[in-house]
Amino acid sequence: MKVESWGRLAELDHQVRPLVNCNGTLPVFETNALGLAYGNGRSYGDVCLNPGGGLWLTAGLDRFISFDENTGIIACEAGVLLRDIQRLMIPRGWMLPVTPGTQLVTVGGAIANDVHGKNHHRVGSFGDHVAEIHLQRSDGEAIVCGPNLKPGWFSATVGGLGLTGVILQACLQLRRVAGPWLDTETQPYQNLAEFFALADGSEKGWEHTVSWIDCISRGGGRGIFMRGNHAAHGGVDEPAGKKLAVPFAPPVSLINRLSLRPLNIAYYYLQSAKAGRSTAHYEKFFYPLDNIQNWNRIYGPRGFYQYQSVVPREVGKDAVKAMLKEIANSGDGSFLAVLKTFGNREPLGMLSFPKPGVTLALDFPNKGERTLKLFERLDAIVREAGGRIYAAKDARMPRDLFEAGYPRLGEFMKYRDPGISSALSRRLMGT
Amino acid sequence: MAEHCARLWVAESPKDLVLLGRDPTKTERVAQDMRVRSPQSTITAHTTDFLDPQRIRAWADNVVADGLPDIVLIAHGSLPDQMAYQQDLLLCEEALAVNGVSPALFAEAFAGHLQHANSGTIAIIGSVAGDRGRKSNYVYGAAKGLVTRYAQGLQHRLAGTNVKVVLIKPGPTDTPMTAQLKGKGAKLADVAGVAKAIVDGVARGTPVVYAPGKWALIMMIIRHLPRFVFNKMDI
Repeated sequence: MKVESWGRLAELDHQVRPLVNCNGTLPVFETNALGLAYGNGRSYGDVCLNPGGGLWLTAGLDRFISFDENTGIIACEAGVLLRDIQRLMIPRGWMLPVTPGTQLVTVGGAIANDVHGKNHHRVGSFGDHVAEIHLQRSDGEAIVCGPNLKPGWFSATVGGLGLTGVILQACLQLRRVAGPWLDTETQPYQNLAEFFALADGSEKGWEHTVSWIDCISRGGGRGIFMRGNHAAHGGVDEPAGKKLAVPFAPPVSLINRLSLRPLNIAYYYLQSAKAGRSTAHYEKFFYPLDNIQNWNRIYGPRGFYQYQSVVPREVGKDAVKAMLKEIANSGDGSFLAVLKTFGNREPLGMLSFPKPGVTLALDFPNKGERTLKLFERLDAIVREAGGRIYAAKDARMPRDLFEAGYPRLGEFMKYRDPGISSALSRRLMGT
Repeated sequence: MAEHCARLWVAESPKDLVLLGRDPTKTERVAQDMRVRSPQSTITAHTTDFLDPQRIRAWADNVVADGLPDIVLIAHGSLPDQMAYQQDLLLCEEALAVNGVSPALFAEAFAGHLQHANSGTIAIIGSVAGDRGRKSNYVYGAAKGLVTRYAQGLQHRLAGTNVKVVLIKPGPTDTPMTAQLKGKGAKLADVAGVAKAIVDGVARGTPVVYAPGKWALIMMIIRHLPRFVFNKMDI
């Protein structure tokens, strides 16, 4: 059956086998094809695809196993959505310490991509709060690992892109929270110097920081800085806002040369008008796009790329400036552009993305060769800065940049499951 | 499907749930999940032989002895594999029994109790496949047709009482039962949405619920197609 990833770059043929049981061996594919775990399909690029091969669908593994009200440790199957944990646990005073910009991802996917959130500088990434992983190898071996239990397997599997085995269940450490609300502050900034001053100034006093950046503004680098802390008061939950949906993919990308500048200007001024302190519901603050079903369709039938890099702090300002300049020159900007600093901590996973520095994430409508050429110019900047690109979002990075960005790759390869392969692993690791 | 209904029910408020399954490991796994979702609910899990009328009777009597259920949801079924049924009469017999006879026995085992107490709802999962026999799945369809006719009769019998009988006819839905269909690329409805339609239908006591609702229209057309048109269709 045809399967695509969130970027909608291509619909590709896969054999699919839904996983029904949380124990025992993995179902096999015809012609002994290699397999790959597929959760909710929210990875942008090809990390979740295995064209010509098989996919084990984990969506049916959506059961909770246990929850300890005293310690906040929850055990669940790998297909449980982060949304289901949040909605069940926040009314009970607990929540996930780390979530990405969407809660519509599975626990297994969040571990395999070691996702990060707006509070990386405080609490690290998703893997830092995983207490235990049950890994099913394609040869039938079942491995249980954790920070202090087979730590090699653990740090290979956290951020391991699904290549060390299929994650069937996990234990996660939740954190206490008074309620669903956040005290937030929105502040416009005019340039990168102001951004870094705001980011550094917020590290101590604010748990969550993120910014939207206008990637085509002249002079480059104005944007909106958002920060938040969990509110001390509980209060009642807000009824969910009206669900919107993009019913079909328009024939051309709605984000294009004509629309981008007015969109960016409008967004900047609308957000600037909201500057100051406010209170926000966690779903609105953390997952603003989750309320628009299939928002990925706005980029039209050819889909889109996401380009997310991290560069070390010392060269961060220059590198980001250079990237923004390239993007502004190309005219193919991005509306969903996010700039954020990571905390000063080494990642747990051998292939985890976050590292000390500043990360820039941008969406680009797929315009074929022209878009790929722009990425090559951005690659050159990332390479020179000693940065790396986020595999969970990638569909095209060159192999040498991957190898340079992830120095623990050699160590990781020893833990790979020979029965598992992905489009990404074939592209970047050869098998 | 029943599991997703149960999730919606315990999300409303704590409930007393008695689960009956065929596989002890799977049933206990579902029970455990329900306990995490709703610690204030009372969840018990049992297993039995779904084709043994005596055990079905004994189990139903036991459940009622602990308190008359408000809702009895009968949702079991087995994967339809028409080609296998045509070749192997044993498989064919089993499919007819599990999908048709067994749900009727369960409903019958509770119907008397509910009628006597003059309260409660019996919800039975039928199928759109039961509306008209067609070559791709008529064995399964025949079993579900039995369920349809059975529910109709039970509705007639209990029409003057406060007991409601709800027949649900889901279209192809993404559940463990249809895992193999999904592998072949079939378009399946989201089980959470179907469960929502069931829970709403049960709450209202609607006699027949198509889930998703579009199947009411599709099946009305299929049922009324003249035979010379219908027989030319590859469905």
